[in-house]
Amino acid sequence: MIEIEGITKRYGETTVVRDVSLTIAPRTVTVIVGTSGSGKTTLLRMINRLVEPTSGTIKLDGEDNRSLPDYELRRRIGYAIQGHGLFPHRTVAQNIATVPTLLGWDRARIEVKVTELLTLFQLDPVAFGPRYPHELSGGQQQRVGVARALAAEPKVLLMDEPFGALDPIIRAKAQEDLLAIQKHFETTIVLVTHDMDEAFHLADRIAVMDKGEVVQYATPAEMLVKPATAFVESLIGAGERPFRLLAIETVADAVEPGAAEGEAIGSAATQREALSTLLWSGRKALPVVGPDGAVIGKVSLDGLVQRAAGPT
Amino acid sequence: MQFRVDKLGVIIAALAAYGAFLAPFATFRANRIVAGEARSISEALPSAWTVVVLLLVVAAVIVAVLKTPSRLRLGTAFATIAALALGIGAAAGHLTPPENTYARVSPASGFWILLFALGLLAADALARLRPSPLVRVLFLSAVLGFIAAVLTSGTWDGLSLLKEYASRADTFWAEAGKHVTLALGSLAAATIVGIPLGVLCHRVTRLRDGLLGVLNAIQTIPSIALFGILIAPLGWIAIHVPGAAAIGIRGIGTAPAFVALFLYSLLPVVANTVVGLAGVPREANDAARGIGMTDFQRLVGIEFPLAFPVILTGIRIVLVQNIGLATIAALIGGGGFGVFVFQGVGQTAMDLVLLGAVPTVLLAFTAAIVLDAMIEMATPNRSQVQSA
Repeated sequence: MIEIEGITKRYGETTVVRDVSLTIAPRTVTVIVGTSGSGKTTLLRMINRLVEPTSGTIKLDGEDNRSLPDYELRRRIGYAIQGHGLFPHRTVAQNIATVPTLLGWDRARIEVKVTELLTLFQLDPVAFGPRYPHELSGGQQQRVGVARALAAEPKVLLMDEPFGALDPIIRAKAQEDLLAIQKHFETTIVLVTHDMDEAFHLADRIAVMDKGEVVQYATPAEMLVKPATAFVESLIGAGERPFRLLAIETVADAVEPGAAEGEAIGSAATQREALSTLLWSGRKALPVVGPDGAVIGKVSLDGLVQRAAGPT
Repeated sequence: MQFRVDKLGVIIAALAAYGAFLAPFATFRANRIVAGEARSISEALPSAWTVVVLLLVVAAVIVAVLKTPSRLRLGTAFATIAALALGIGAAAGHLTPPENTYARVSPASGFWILLFALGLLAADALARLRPSPLVRVLFLSAVLGFIAAVLTSGTWDGLSLLKEYASRADTFWAEAGKHVTLALGSLAAATIVGIPLGVLCHRVTRLRDGLLGVLNAIQTIPSIALFGILIAPLGWIAIHVPGAAAIGIRGIGTAPAFVALFLYSLLPVVANTVVGLAGVPREANDAARGIGMTDFQRLVGIEFPLAFPVILTGIRIVLVQNIGLATIAALIGGGGFGVFVFQGVGQTAMDLVLLGAVPTVLLAFTAAIVLDAMIEMATPNRSQVQSA
């Protein structure tokens, strides 16, 4: 649990973050979005005290984040940034081992952890461990950056535009990997981005920042249905709203009784994917199969159209 | 078969031909200070040597002019240089009348021009071969080994330079020791003081401009003026600080020379430390802080290793500069190879000047090659970055 209470940051006359209060539930993904200069990165960096707030407090699991020396606090919090920030003169294995080494883990334990993380991120430990960062592709470097952030098993992972430098295909893959990793370690993730698609895809809750203030902090569904300000509405994009709404729910929630012809869709797919399949194949309904492969009903075009409708 | 002409090779060949056939190869003097008489290759060398040297020079000229493989160019250049080195020794024996200890034989302009042309050919061939740092150092060792072997074999003993050495053998090594101590000692002191100063300048921006400005100003003071400036304060310290005189601090002598070299060394060390630290990727620094390194751990673990090649470049500049500058120390009684240079100038004995100058040049050259190799080995190879 991260409790941000009345946090303000001023640089001279300019207020970068103004009186922000947020409570972030454990084991969730919170995405902070906003235009550049909205103060989202500064807010993130105040959590691990890379930036010291002018006023206000931040508590991690009830403990004030100023109760420890800053470097000890940071060793407990994962930190991943855009452009990965890997140390160019250290191998992949050494990069990942950085925080465990700082914490004084013994060598055998570090080695086990590095191997585990590399395997988890689909990088062969034998092939990639001894390589230098410049020998990796952008996507691989980014994965090593996240692996390094997770090496000491932090409960909280802070990410500052971690996928900003990746091309769209690798970015989508990295996002899927992140969600899987988050489930695996049950990490609380706070991620900063200006990409709304990324925010809606990853977030349990989204905090929208504008001119240093949080203008809305809500689940993606709430935000779509009831945007708090015109700024939030424009950020979401009026034309995208029904599709975003369908994209954050799965087919399982839209199943109707009955049968349909043709190729089936899995219940774990998003409703947006179902709509897309319906439109492309020209059918009125699709059969839906559960995780075990058995048909559990159908999803219909009419049903999805109703679900995509905004509040009247 | 088609022959293609190498442009640089034509210039080298012209130089070599001029050196071999038009300029004098050796100078003969009846004693140390009278004007010399020029001798061509055929006059200076026994006939067998004349044939060998001329054949090799002609071969080198042909190899240089045509586009030939770099290894062949390098081999020919070195073989010819070796023949010249041994040949000039033979010339000394050939030209000096028996039992005459006053006569002096020294290399003349033709020899130096040939050496320069062939050195150029070798350096050009080496550059084209792009040897690894280790190979370059091995090459340097081979050349130095060759020079040492020729020196110990006595082949050059008849040359005037070695005669000057023979009459000063003990002072030569003492001055050599002083020279190296001055150059390396001031470098070590400048490194120990300069790197922390550089770190300080990097962290405290306001200090940077001021300090670098002062060090820049020091660099512009001519060395002799700096020695003069230092006489008064060091003399004062020697008189008023107990124990200072006992450890050798005086207004003249080694102390001011050491202090002056130290002051000259500071700017390259401090400036390169600042530049090196500034060149550390911002993301690496941010990540290091963000994952919980203390400032000291970040400095030692991230910033220093990444800035190291640039700092080493500063140290290289200082070392080569100090080896040269230490020569001036002789003017204020600081010792070093400069002693021979200034004595030689005073006596108009060019051979004595060379006895001081040649080892200085060799030292500087060796230091430059070794440190360049170290810098290259310390620089991570980032040329093979894959795209995403």
